[in-house]
Amino acid sequence: MRRGLRRAVAATAAGLAGLSLAACAPGDDAGSANNTSCTNEIAEPDATRVTLWAWYPAVEQIVDTFNAQHDDVQICWTNAGQGADEYGKFSTALEAGTGAPDVIQLESEILPTYTILDGLADLAPYGAADLEDQFPAGAWSDVSSGGSVFAVPVDGGPVGMLYRADIFEKYGVEPPTTWDEFAQAAQDLRDAGYDGYITNYATNGGAFNYALFAQAGWAPFAYDPAQRDQIGIDVDTPEARHVLSYWEDLIDRGLVSSDDAFTSDYNTSLVDGTYAVYIAAAWGPGYLEGLSDADSGAEWKAAPLPQWDPANPVQVNQGGSALAVTSQAADPEAAATVAMELFDDEETWKIGVEDAGLFPLWNLALDAPWFTDRRYPFFGGQQVNRDVFLDAAAQYPGFTFSPFQVYAYDRQTMALYDMVEGDSTAADALATIQDSLVRYAEQQGFTVR
Amino acid sequence: MTTSTTSAPATAQRARTPGGRRGQSLLDTKRQWWGWLFLAPFTVVFVLFLLVPLAYAFWLSLHTKGIATGGESVFTGVANYVRVFTDADFLSGMARVGRFVLVMVPIQIGLAVAIALVLDTLATRLSKASRLLVFVPYAIPAVIGALMWGFLYSPRFGPASDVFGIFGLAAPDFLSRDLVFGSLVNIVTWQWVGYYMIIVYAALRAIDPSIYEAAKLDGAGNAAIAFRIKIPMIASSMVMIVVFALIGTLQFFTEPTVLRSVAQGAIPTTYTPNMYAYSMAFSYSQFNYASTIAFALGILVFIGSYVFLYATRKQSGLK
Repeated sequence: MRRGLRRAVAATAAGLAGLSLAACAPGDDAGSANNTSCTNEIAEPDATRVTLWAWYPAVEQIVDTFNAQHDDVQICWTNAGQGADEYGKFSTALEAGTGAPDVIQLESEILPTYTILDGLADLAPYGAADLEDQFPAGAWSDVSSGGSVFAVPVDGGPVGMLYRADIFEKYGVEPPTTWDEFAQAAQDLRDAGYDGYITNYATNGGAFNYALFAQAGWAPFAYDPAQRDQIGIDVDTPEARHVLSYWEDLIDRGLVSSDDAFTSDYNTSLVDGTYAVYIAAAWGPGYLEGLSDADSGAEWKAAPLPQWDPANPVQVNQGGSALAVTSQAADPEAAATVAMELFDDEETWKIGVEDAGLFPLWNLALDAPWFTDRRYPFFGGQQVNRDVFLDAAAQYPGFTFSPFQVYAYDRQTMALYDMVEGDSTAADALATIQDSLVRYAEQQGFTVR
Repeated sequence: MTTSTTSAPATAQRARTPGGRRGQSLLDTKRQWWGWLFLAPFTVVFVLFLLVPLAYAFWLSLHTKGIATGGESVFTGVANYVRVFTDADFLSGMARVGRFVLVMVPIQIGLAVAIALVLDTLATRLSKASRLLVFVPYAIPAVIGALMWGFLYSPRFGPASDVFGIFGLAAPDFLSRDLVFGSLVNIVTWQWVGYYMIIVYAALRAIDPSIYEAAKLDGAGNAAIAFRIKIPMIASSMVMIVVFALIGTLQFFTEPTVLRSVAQGAIPTTYTPNMYAYSMAFSYSQFNYASTIAFALGILVFIGSYVFLYATRKQSGLK
């Protein structure tokens, strides 16, 4: 190879390596939580500094609002990734004994995973227990246990049915209100010539699939943080089999697709008319609005989640998040102040609702007319909170997750994928999940009831 | 396939000068101290960043910390190793990388040798350009290469549906369970053939051309020269690249991990042993068991490489 060529190759390689480093940079910043590198500007440099990991949209505005309101405590915010990305970093920091932030945004489903590792501080001694009546009962039960409070609820994910009114109208099908009607509508749409799918059942939609099971009365785990070595695992129940067989049937008939969620293909399918229905939590519309390649003539509407028994409607929740104080917090009291007060005024919540698309779990916002009557341009001016999500949030009873939830979701994805690939049935899939979770729990030292 | 990127083909260390054993003079002792001093920068890094972590990981693998037992680390000896070698997820992952070795290594090496032989015979401007083009994928970081291929494989954004559409066919889903194996083989081959080709090519250039002339005088054709002279003479380089490919494939991680972001069903967290170890550590906080998986994999890689090097000791010149 001549010298010129070699140099060209080296330069190309160096350039590409530089690119990859640049691509990694935001993630690397997040690793250094306890030093001075904050993503936001600190208004009061001399005040107690509390580090925060959070991924909310518009979080910088929210943090700035807090910092402007407080002169004794200042938040130093970084985005350490959303969901699983952040949890991986937090778990590693807990194992290392250093590197965790003072306050962290977590989904309530992951709280038991960290309380059992002593990763989170009990906020009751700092006055969090008095906040109970500020939040809906289901949301509060997700973050508290006995007299302990492990996080302060922030936003929720009451589930509703977002649908393409234009597609249903075009093919002359009524939007369903029960799951029986839903299956019928799927067939009717197909018969009328619609070549998409009524919706998608993603095998990797961990929390989403949990919500669908839970609607039928599924309670897979019995776990109390006060008794850490005991757990009840009851995944393979008649309710779960009923729900999963329902979806298996729709998938087998080709009426529901089974694409992986959260890929760019899936995102496009959501908005280009491939799916007529998006069963979504209250943060779903914000997600849809951020997607490209949308149908220009799309007319979205929101309706309550279809029911199994319309006489006894059951509401469920998917996602949403809470603020917890980590066991590595340098000043737990200041950290608890941040967790309790970051979202405790209407000014902040207006940012949260209007700019970040969050659904508040804070009664004062839930009752405020500016929220209940808010008209969403995305839904053609529909008052989706009043029509759908407020009821769903109020009636959500809470849910008990396992202290190894990431593992449980991964195993569920594997078993459900086998099912949609035709290698097993709904009953097999649930039995497989049940077995693997019981074995894992026993290896971890639990007494499985 | 992140290994072996730094170990350039400068392994031919036959510089042992002949000469009798001299007595231990004062000069020699002094020289030895100087030697250690010069080695110190390397030794410190080697001990600090390789030996110590290795020892720590081994220590971890002998202990168990269940999440229900209050975070107490208990010495359990080889219990974790017994568990890993009876763990269906680990064994199926091993079987899968075994299949990757059987499919991927011959394809990569075969292509690399074929291209190198062709380029070695040609002496046109085209050959220089092709050499560079074949090598360029190796200059692209593995993660970026895999991300790129993820888009190419995408049913909606990839070119496959257009290409197959010309013939009125439906494009296959490259990310389905049946095809993802081949899709991964393709990515790795695309990335690594150029690297192996350069090593083989360099070895070919080192052969004295007068040997070819002699062979031609004896009536050997191009094919005979390639198979009877060139390949036997570069056997030691071939052994080296096969070992690189073997180790890299057994430690398969980057490409399936990146592709998993678009195919979580087809590529589960247990797809390869390294991915399994990674998710055990960083998704499930099972650092002890993750260390055990890593060590078990290390042992198997060592055995595999040793068996291969022993079987080819004649070709590699290690005998």
